[in-house]
Amino acid sequence: MKRVDFRGLKLGTLWQSLLRGDGGTGDRIVPPTGFTAQLTVFSAAAMAFLAVFALALALATGRLAERWSSELAGSVTVRVSAPAAEQQARAQTVIGILDTTPGAGQPRLLDHDEIADLLAPWFGPDMPVDALPMPALIDLPVTGADFDAEGLRLRLEAEVPGAILDDHTEWRRPLVSAANRLRALGIFSLLLIAATSAAMITLAAKAALAANGQVIRVLRLIGTRDITIATAFVRRFTHRAAIGATGGTVLGMIAVALLPGMDAAGGFLTGLGFRGWGWLLPLLIPLTAAAVGFFATRWAALKMLEAVR
Amino acid sequence: MIEMEKAGFGYHGGAELLSEMSLKLQSGMFHFLTGPSGSGKTTLLRLLYADLLPTSGRVTAFGADISTLSRDQIADLRRRVGVVHQDTQFLDHLPVAENIALPQSIAGEPVEMEGLRDLLGWVQLTHQARALPPSLSGGERQRAALARAVILSPDLVLADEPTGNLDWEMSMRLMQLLIELNKSGKTVLVATHDLNLIRATKAQVAARVLRISNGTLQLAGSDL
Repeated sequence: MKRVDFRGLKLGTLWQSLLRGDGGTGDRIVPPTGFTAQLTVFSAAAMAFLAVFALALALATGRLAERWSSELAGSVTVRVSAPAAEQQARAQTVIGILDTTPGAGQPRLLDHDEIADLLAPWFGPDMPVDALPMPALIDLPVTGADFDAEGLRLRLEAEVPGAILDDHTEWRRPLVSAANRLRALGIFSLLLIAATSAAMITLAAKAALAANGQVIRVLRLIGTRDITIATAFVRRFTHRAAIGATGGTVLGMIAVALLPGMDAAGGFLTGLGFRGWGWLLPLLIPLTAAAVGFFATRWAALKMLEAVR
Repeated sequence: MIEMEKAGFGYHGGAELLSEMSLKLQSGMFHFLTGPSGSGKTTLLRLLYADLLPTSGRVTAFGADISTLSRDQIADLRRRVGVVHQDTQFLDHLPVAENIALPQSIAGEPVEMEGLRDLLGWVQLTHQARALPPSLSGGERQRAALARAVILSPDLVLADEPTGNLDWEMSMRLMQLLIELNKSGKTVLVATHDLNLIRATKAQVAARVLRISNGTLQLAGSDL
């Protein structure tokens, strides 16, 4: 038997038919469905709701990675450990070296109160810092791209015994890495949601097409082109996906907006949400859902119509 | 119009149910296709409107080999061939009038209400215009099917056992409509195993009777 072709189902033609709106005949040739239509809308809404959170996670962790990276890379600390009698002199020697280091800003020796503040989260506010053998801490802002941390570390080791440069790399790297992984997880979740939506809509469309096999045979018999039949189903499922996703997106955005703000929450989860123009990004979700509905239904329609002459 | 040249057909690559079929439908003629049940009448009709493709020989419709037609071209062919089945199906969620007008609307032609009303009147279904197909009687369904088959004014009307589920009175009423169509210039081909129906129709219109016997097509003798 001759192999069938689908020249009439070109993407452009299908898209034009979809946008044209053919006065209702195209939609009416497919029997109305109640419960399954509601399920499709609900599923699309649920997926869009989840997609909003995945998007918020991806954006927030992206910001977090950048913030941690830039904040921690913006300064280094020099720790000077020495007997109490020599500590002040060695700290001054280090400051002298830092003053002449290219790319370095103004070094600042932290006083006892500042060191106590740094230790307070671990030892509590009542800890007598003066009673501890504390090293001198020097904060050095990095102001230029020509700052050479490794070169400075070697110089300090050579010239000031007990002076150790900490450029925060040791604990900055895993933090930034964790944030980047979270962002990748958010993006992966978005892709997973899109794929699941496509699978779900394909199944629903295939079920609808199979349930309407008799209708399709009647339509073919009276000279209906594949494009007309496919458009009726594609339009229906695209609309359902778009409507459901719009509702889910709006609910998701409201939920994100109601999350505790940065000041209220503090800590790791601060800033989970959208900022500025970022609030427009979730609006892409209904469009993506409509596109997913369009392509998934088109594929299902192609497969189904292939079986009907 | 439609021509078969030594066309044969076998299902699923099996032995040919029909073989060496040669047929040329004469324009404006009333044709009967007869033969016992299972002889291949429906298969032959399906070949004529490209629902099946011949496995040997060739079938030409309006100058084109149906085996070379694209899906869209097959759809276009079916707009030129009206088909009525014994158990014609409708879109049950649409009213009768909309079902009848469906070929016109899906062909992108404007549905003229006056023409539709005339057609409904012709098949005596004006009173059922807004009814849904499941509520129609057998005779009404067949008349609705005939109205749907002719709304695009096709060159050829094929009817596959159209009276199979009807009593004699309803059968003759439907045949009368087919005779009227033929007298208006349409080519008609009715597949039936009912010889009495053929004789009764031939009393009113000149008809060519073709018989399928042992998988081949013959012109029926004077007994019909």
